[in-house]
Amino acid sequence: MHEMGIAMQVAEIVRSSIPPDMTDARVERINLRVGRLAAIVPSSLRFCFEVIAKDTPFSDAVLNIEEVPVVAKCNDCQHEWTIEGPAFSCTACKSGSIVIMSGRELEIASIEIAD
Amino acid sequence: MEIKVVRKVLDANNTMAAQNRKLFAEKKVFVLNMMSSPGSGKTATLERTLSLLMPEVKTAVIVGDICTSNDADRLAKSGAPVIQINTGDLSGGDCHLAAHIIADAASNLDLGNLDLLIVENVGNLVCPAEFDIGENARTVVLSVTEGEDKPLKYPLMFRVCDTAIVNKIDLLPYLDYDIHAAVSNILQVHPQMPIFQLSAKTGHGFDAWLNWLKRQLLI
Ligand SMILES: Nc1nc2c(ncn2[C@@H]2O[C@H](COP(=O)(O)OP(=O)(O)OP(=O)(O)O)[C@@H](O)[C@H]2O)c(=O)[nH]1
Ligand SMILES: [Mg+2]
Ligand SMILES: [Zn+2]
Repeated sequence: MHEMGIAMQVAEIVRSSIPPDMTDARVERINLRVGRLAAIVPSSLRFCFEVIAKDTPFSDAVLNIEEVPVVAKCNDCQHEWTIEGPAFSCTACKSGSIVIMSGRELEIASIEIAD
Repeated sequence: MEIKVVRKVLDANNTMAAQNRKLFAEKKVFVLNMMSSPGSGKTATLERTLSLLMPEVKTAVIVGDICTSNDADRLAKSGAPVIQINTGDLSGGDCHLAAHIIADAASNLDLGNLDLLIVENVGNLVCPAEFDIGENARTVVLSVTEGEDKPLKYPLMFRVCDTAIVNKIDLLPYLDYDIHAAVSNILQVHPQMPIFQLSAKTGHGFDAWLNWLKRQLLI
């Protein structure tokens, strides 16, 4: 639902990541990392980004989205596991005191510029 | 050629949120972000909360609404300063309040003269969960006229919140709603989360809720 705003932020970061001395740079690929818990629908993000990227150095760029699994760690027994469904208790000792180690990412890892 | 970027997409919002949090701490204002799906009773809960807190606890409200001033009008009756934000005027009907919007709104409040600032976010269980506004605590409101499985469908919202309210419990006798299932679903997503069963209509359950809120102000 807020994918348009997210796409605008992505465009902003990509724009500022192109080295200023590279005039006529064409961005081929944008590598994003999106956690499985992040409130983002990849297909909507792609659609919004296409709209925003029109007439920019990244208009043909592929938005490559790497989905990051939700990994949790138990504060009580240190057990680490991947959360698949909406259940957030330790799978080893049932403790509810856990930390989410990954799965909330919404970040640009890198951009790839045509040679 | 690959250029490493490694930047959070919401960096700009997070930076602004951190500034807000610092300002609120300097002014000793506790900020509560209240979120829910549309119509679960955020405004009704706040109306009653304000009537019980004011004037003892000096409270102001920022309310986000897509395009009306109805909620602001209702809340202003309490005498609390109310700042209304029509997200419809911003980038085409925003689904959440972002940190810079809160910064703008807060600049119109006399923060030095406040104990508590409550933000009624836009009715939506998805987007607001992703946007830090510089708050100190988050509450999600669920009502008994929604499905018991809402927490399982929107786990992020229930994870990022510190407390949950289950509202409209006065309607339970007329519904097939399984409140135990709702509570256990909330706890499945966020074990140990304090849950308040309220009726904003009758006032049932408000003692416990207000006790929690007042305790936060002392921390
Ligand atoms: N029976 C009953 N009705 C309630 C209760 N709380 C709210 N309502 C009704 O539910 C409807 C929506 O309440 P609001 O307080 O406007 O809900 P909201 O979450 O602020 O809605 P939005 O701001 O539009 O997302 C209104 O008709 C309220 O009168 C309650 O505890 N019991
Ligand atoms: Mg409302
Ligand atoms: Zn454990």
